Amino acid sequence: MHYATAYFNYLAYRYIDTAMLNRKIVMDYTLSCLQDMVESGLDIKPDSDLVNDLGLESIKVMDLLMMLEDRFDISIPINILLDVRTPAQLLESLIPYLENINEPV
Amino acid sequence: MSLYDKFSRLASEREQFCTSGINPFGTCIDDVYSATEGRIGNQKVILAGTNNYLGLTFNTQAIADGQMALATQGTGTTGSRMANGSYKSHIALEQEIADFFNRPTAIVFSTGYTANLGIISALAGHGSVVLLDADSHASIYDACTLGGAEIIRFRHNDAKDLERRMIRLGDRARDAIIIVEGIYSMLGDVAPLAEIVDIKRRLGGYLIVDEAHSFGVMGATGRGLAEEVGVEQDVDIIVGTFSKSLASIGGFAVGSKAMDVLRYASRPFIFTASPSPSCIASVRSSLKTIAEQPELRQKLWDNSHRLYDGLDKLGYKLGSHISPVVPVIIGHKEDGLRIWRELIELGVYVNLILPPAAPAGITLLRCSVNAAHSEEQIDAIIHAFATLKNNTQ
Repeated sequence: MHYATAYFNYLAYRYIDTAMLNRKIVMDYTLSCLQDMVESGLDIKPDSDLVNDLGLESIKVMDLLMMLEDRFDISIPINILLDVRTPAQLLESLIPYLENINEPV
Repeated sequence: MSLYDKFSRLASEREQFCTSGINPFGTCIDDVYSATEGRIGNQKVILAGTNNYLGLTFNTQAIADGQMALATQGTGTTGSRMANGSYKSHIALEQEIADFFNRPTAIVFSTGYTANLGIISALAGHGSVVLLDADSHASIYDACTLGGAEIIRFRHNDAKDLERRMIRLGDRARDAIIIVEGIYSMLGDVAPLAEIVDIKRRLGGYLIVDEAHSFGVMGATGRGLAEEVGVEQDVDIIVGTFSKSLASIGGFAVGSKAMDVLRYASRPFIFTASPSPSCIASVRSSLKTIAEQPELRQKLWDNSHRLYDGLDKLGYKLGSHISPVVPVIIGHKEDGLRIWRELIELGVYVNLILPPAAPAGITLLRCSVNAAHSEEQIDAIIHAFATLKNNTQ
């Protein structure tokens, strides 16, 4: 195999692997934050509606974003929350902000 | 699906608070007798839930000047200043505010909300980044949204948290707009402005301070927190309101000569009818009173300390700062509602504030004092709280 191709494959493998790993880490952290923010006994899932299922006020959702900023040391504007209803959607909105991180977060 | 279905949860929550007694979120004050007394239903009350900090709503001169303007200039301007023209009094007031602040430019808005909306939305457009205190007033959040800027929140009154977020922005920090308030309206606490200015000096950015609750209240001449801390030169724009210490309605912003261009760029300024002549006249009068009677500010602070100390001695949990806003922190919202209604029965009107309007999920009975309250009235407020304490023990 040509050296350049091998190196490209290595980078692609590493990037995809890191990206997937980071998605899992971010989702796990998001769900663990939510555990502390919602009433005990509620089942928190990636597709739970943050407001209607988990009873979070919009200000609490903004606080969650602040915690994510601090945990992963990135800037995330609250503007992204406009289209976010669930933890899974939140994760999707965060992807562009995690892209520059090439190491596991 | 009906037009209002999305509000069904809000409607049912609010209904719980309105079914058995006075509605705390739509209280009718049947009569207002003075800056400190009114009537709710059959109950005469001490007004301890206003933002009338210097007690000027019944100032004789302000009323006379307002009446004169009403009689000579009519009830309203009926249009915006750009399309329909400015009255001479609008321009005079802007000059007087600019002089009061020793700044080249002042712009008058029709409300305090519109002042924030107008200034911030024009400056914080797409591509800009704004760092705002998490407990900022809704007008600041709304202004950023209207402008289209990226909004980054920092923890309330936490300068170190602001600094961390500025550093994360890298080069963008140099053009970021930092927005804080002088006194925060819910807990009566004060921004750590000296530390924030220090961050701005080191990392760059622009600074807007909303002095809505601190204008007339803080500073040697009443210009607000920036004056008190001695950092006015580091604040790019100060925003304020006429509906608190100036005892009327409207808002303003003061800044550099360059700020004047916002008259032609700020949609909330361009497309709003201008303040009525009587409103402008009473503000001009009250601004003069603030400049000429610094003793009002001293009386306000004396009253603030008296109420804070009195409630503190009773064992109530209060905010961390002593200011004209004295928040009594209550555990549950049901208790808050009960105590709020009992206070009215005891002749004291305060504000019930529930989350999310109250920060950190707490329920507040927000008391506010003014310079017109007598010591006897402050003691009567404390006595009412003492009665409630005795009743529950």
